Amino acid sequence: MTALLEVEKVSKRFGGLQAVKDLTFEVREGEIVGLIGPNGAGKSTLFNLVNGVFAPDSGRISFGGADITGEKPYKVARAGLARTHQIVQPLTNMTVLDNCAVGACFGRENLPLHRAYEAAREAMAVVGLSDRAHVLALHLTIAGKKRLELARSLAARPRLLMLDEVLAGLNPTEVEHMIGVIRQIRERGVTILMIEHLMQAIMSLSDRIVVLNFGQKLAEGVPAEVAQHPQVIEAYLGNPKLAAELQGSGEHV
Amino acid sequence: MPSMVRRPFFWIITLAVLAFALAPVYGNDVSLRESLLLDALYITLASNLNLMLGYAGYVNFGSIVFFGLGGYICVWLVNSYKWTLVPSLAVAGVCVSGLALIFGLGILRLRGAFFALSTIGVIEAVQAFAENFTPWGGSSGIYLPASIFTPLGGPRQALWVIYFIMVGVMGASLYLSYAIKTSKFGLGLLAIGQNEDAAAILGVPTARYKAMVYSVSAFLPAIAGGLYFFKSAFIQPSDAFDLSLSTEALVVGMLGGQGTVTGVAIGAFLYEELRGYLLTSSTFANFQLVVSGALLLVIVLFFPGGLMGWIYSRFPRTQKVLE
Repeated sequence: MTALLEVEKVSKRFGGLQAVKDLTFEVREGEIVGLIGPNGAGKSTLFNLVNGVFAPDSGRISFGGADITGEKPYKVARAGLARTHQIVQPLTNMTVLDNCAVGACFGRENLPLHRAYEAAREAMAVVGLSDRAHVLALHLTIAGKKRLELARSLAARPRLLMLDEVLAGLNPTEVEHMIGVIRQIRERGVTILMIEHLMQAIMSLSDRIVVLNFGQKLAEGVPAEVAQHPQVIEAYLGNPKLAAELQGSGEHV
Repeated sequence: MPSMVRRPFFWIITLAVLAFALAPVYGNDVSLRESLLLDALYITLASNLNLMLGYAGYVNFGSIVFFGLGGYICVWLVNSYKWTLVPSLAVAGVCVSGLALIFGLGILRLRGAFFALSTIGVIEAVQAFAENFTPWGGSSGIYLPASIFTPLGGPRQALWVIYFIMVGVMGASLYLSYAIKTSKFGLGLLAIGQNEDAAAILGVPTARYKAMVYSVSAFLPAIAGGLYFFKSAFIQPSDAFDLSLSTEALVVGMLGGQGTVTGVAIGAFLYEELRGYLLTSSTFANFQLVVSGALLLVIVLFFPGGLMGWIYSRFPRTQKVLE
């Protein structure tokens, strides 16, 4: 498997806060990589660096072999990298269908309008939003808005999808549905990098996990390894009971 | 464009334009023509402003600059270089559009209230330029001799020619608004209007689109300005760059329903008719700005979607036909 996304020695500082420091990792074609770490570890900042919201202070980010360090967000999107937001950002006064069409129109395939609507409907069917096509985005529930985030980025037909806590704030049924959707997206050949706090979910979904703490990589490996890593347990989980639960999760979920 | 011709809304616009063109011809009604000319002017200004305000979500107080500059360039070419009307209008449109592109790349980095304020700055700057630019007659402006109407067949016929061109400009504004709204460019603009950061992350080239729409929204108002001041045969800075006309164009957009093509046009028509009545009535003379202020208040408080918002919610099916 070749690396689709390569992050090399990337650093970002906001005033006195070193948000990301000397971070190196890669995401290979076809994988699901989980990104975990305590609040403030620099996970969302990393997403913002990768998709061009911020330019890194140093380091290099390449996507599909091309250097995208400091590239504008719309160019990164066009290159085939889509993302969802931790705090949902719907285009509130537009319908669900139009929201998804924007993703399709300006995404990797740069589709003309009528084909964009086809791609949008397809993406809506994958996440289960088809029956809400003509509802304004502002009228969706929080779970609906999370699905919309996912559908919209999926409509762009990306090579890499970055999911920022798509499971947060959902009830157990919705979480289960969303996990199914994520698996389905991966089966379509989309590589996924996801931030998640729901341990069981990320342990069961991810092929590999990268753990961040204070902007630095603390550990990296398959879920079972990471869960047993003493530093991870100490820094991130703290609670030995939770650690035990994690170690068991690989078999159960 | 062929797909546009097949939609009913295209024909609604066409009928409206024909009605405008023919109404005063029937019965040779000159006062109706003058009143409809102002309606067509307001519809042009408001529709083009709507591209910025209703689609991209940027409040532009400076839309009148396009109108005034277009007027100056056209009148200047006619007066100093003895150009005829049509090429002067074309050059005015292209120049103002080009200038808007340059301005736009600068000031469109600002957002929200900062952008709105900077557009007022643009009015002040351009007005100060006009007041001090000797070839444009400084603060006393430019007077055109009556002979300018001769190539158009004398004053009487010239007024008809000007009227038909104005109606054509209005029609072009409506088709343009509609074409943009149903295009990929329009979808990108609407996304910018809703949430600019999210739009950028979805791949909308926001900086380029904003500058493009700002420039496009300058073209037809510049031509309308050229026509208007050619017709008056007189232009001076305080008329050409009158902030209150910009404000009125904003009110019209909100009255009709920002982001809609029909609503803005109807809003402009109704507003101009009302204004015409207020200006000529002895009780309400010079009262029209008070009325537009009060209207704005009522709309913002009770009908945030404007006229079309109200119609859409009462008769949802109209949404499929009326853009």
